[in-house]
Amino acid sequence: MSDALTLANVHKRFGETPIIRGVDLAVAPGERHAIIGPNGAGKSTLFNLISGRYTPSEGEISLHGKRISGLAPHQINRRGLSRSFQITNLFQNMTVFENLRCSLLWAQGYKYSFWHLVGRQAALNEAAEQWLERLGLSARRDVPASLLTYAEQRTLEIGTTIAGGADVILLDEPTAGMGLAERDHTMAMISEVTQGKTLLMVEHDMGVVFELADRISVLVYGQVIASDTPEAIRANAAVQEAYLGEAH
Amino acid sequence: MSHSQSSRTALLWHIGVWALFALVIVVLPYIFTSSSSISMMSQMGVFIIFALSYNMLLGQAGMLSFGHAVYFGLGGFFTLHAIRAVNDEVWQFPLELMPLIGGAGGLAFGILFGSISTRRAGVTFAMITLGIGSMVESSANMFTDFFGGESGISGNRVTDVTLFGFSYGPSIQVYYLIGAWTVIAAVAMYLLTKTPLGRISNAVRDNPERAQFVGYNTTIARFIQFSLSGFFAGIAGGLFAIMFEIMTAPNVGLVQSGAVLLMTFIGGVGLFFGPIIGAVLVTYMHTALSGFSEGWILYFGLMFVFMVMYAPGGIAGVIYAHAAPWRAGLFRRLLPGYLLALIPALLAIAGLVAVVEMGYQLSLAYDPSSPIELFYMQINATSVVSWLVALLVLAAGIGGVLGAARVVRARWAEVNRSMQAPGAKT
Ligand SMILES: Nc1ncnc2c1ncn2[C@@H]1O[C@H](COP(=O)(O)OP(=O)(O)OP(=O)(O)O)[C@@H](O)[C@H]1O
Ligand SMILES: [Mg+2]
Repeated sequence: MSDALTLANVHKRFGETPIIRGVDLAVAPGERHAIIGPNGAGKSTLFNLISGRYTPSEGEISLHGKRISGLAPHQINRRGLSRSFQITNLFQNMTVFENLRCSLLWAQGYKYSFWHLVGRQAALNEAAEQWLERLGLSARRDVPASLLTYAEQRTLEIGTTIAGGADVILLDEPTAGMGLAERDHTMAMISEVTQGKTLLMVEHDMGVVFELADRISVLVYGQVIASDTPEAIRANAAVQEAYLGEAH
Repeated sequence: MSHSQSSRTALLWHIGVWALFALVIVVLPYIFTSSSSISMMSQMGVFIIFALSYNMLLGQAGMLSFGHAVYFGLGGFFTLHAIRAVNDEVWQFPLELMPLIGGAGGLAFGILFGSISTRRAGVTFAMITLGIGSMVESSANMFTDFFGGESGISGNRVTDVTLFGFSYGPSIQVYYLIGAWTVIAAVAMYLLTKTPLGRISNAVRDNPERAQFVGYNTTIARFIQFSLSGFFAGIAGGLFAIMFEIMTAPNVGLVQSGAVLLMTFIGGVGLFFGPIIGAVLVTYMHTALSGFSEGWILYFGLMFVFMVMYAPGGIAGVIYAHAAPWRAGLFRRLLPGYLLALIPALLAIAGLVAVVEMGYQLSLAYDPSSPIELFYMQINATSVVSWLVALLVLAAGIGGVLGAARVVRARWAEVNRSMQAPGAKT
């Protein structure tokens, strides 16, 4: 049985500067995998490589055993991988409902149709309404994304990522900048909506990471220095030294 | 369910609005009966379709094209060639459906040129459309069989091959033909905004990157939208050809492309009906002012600059900005400021017009000292007093407008505060 996501000796250089320096990573289907690491370690760059925003300078990335490195973002998305952004990246002029519906269109097979009226597609609208409810955004249904509060935008960012039904989900610091209560609430929501999916998540908050993740990889200066269960990571001396120790 | 109920109300509302639109088109010739009005209103219909098709690019998909007249003009040429073929009895095709020939031509070239230009977005896209626009315009000199050279090509729309038994000789019959197509095309383009393609075009406009990450190839979305926009531009061109029975090279040219951009922008790109307002207003200004003054392009340019600077959402944007105060019952509070601004604004316009007209008189008239008739007065452009008075009126008007603008802003601030206050309905 192949892994959901495999990275083999992945490198990324911007000009002469190596940012990702030979990453090997395997995420099993259904696993919740966290990536931690200091600022500038290359976590977001790694997500950009996996999701097709950048192409690796070297190495290979596979989804369910099939190579995806070199494909365009939309092609990778269609193969069942979806990602969120560290900096909120929504359709700002569209309402919350429209944002969710747009993220469902391709998944529901509408492609570029100009012969369906979206308003009359019962299943599509039903699904979008359900997502509103699951995300707790029903009361904000018709508000343009640009007018949402920060926490609501983060929630919609996650919803837009997951709604399309991808089975491999990448979340880049989904709770960054949130208050404690909001963070707990959001993590509970993430845990609920990613049930049965493969989750790869960048997160700075150790409490969140150790609670949610099945496995943790530590990225330091473009290299994975450890990849293991939360307990093992906590006990790992190298990690202590390179990251956990100095962070706290 | 409340959602299905509200969507039913929305549906009725939509049907009502479009029925009203159609009704207005039917009734107008009974109010404005002169042949020049009929001709002007026919042009309005043509340009409504053209401007709406342009807004499929600019407003809905964020594509700034400088060459949209290519599809309009080629559509017109194709239509006229088809009409000539019927004139020559080598072909039978009803005149009512001739705009579809234009649409097919617009679509074909939309596909051809769109496949090149939509590979890029933003400034690069704009530059490619400019290049294609000038290329097609200059190729008119090469392909004289198709474009007819200097004199263009002409045909006779009275082909005797029709669906409904009208001859389409009288301009009122052409008006209704254009009116019918205007309703059909406008409704079709409106419905297009409600399709997956329409929604994704908006998504690509707002955030092309995110659109990719929800599974869409932004190039393909832009390409299909572009091609369909060419189709509707071609229909408009076909109606233009039927109306004037002549097409010349400038109809595919950059000036025409610029004109549709201006119309659409002045009307407002952010709302579906914006370009309709723009097409009506600009056609009216063109017809009314170009007869009245040589300086109409100048007035037009000033208006455009003014809109870009102070009302980038166009006229529709201005109207839309008042929707919320209106619904909250606060519109009354804005009125005094506007009324206060109205009088100095009219003064400023009068002063400006006097200055411009006197300037034209001085530089262009055979006898500059012959008086010009303006605002029911005889004005002598060579007299210093006239210039002083005009400049004074202009200055006073501008000063008054600036003063009133402060009142308007203060009123708006107050209205915004009331609308944001807790418990206020939004
Ligand atoms: N497109 C780019 N061009 C050049 N350098 C880049 C680019 N993207 C990222 N970098 C650099 O790569 C390094 C890693 O950035 P990245 O955003 O991946 O870090 P990160 O681990 O996500 O950090 P953070 O915790 O702050 O989000 C940084 O030094 C950044 O400046
Ligand atoms: Mg990052």
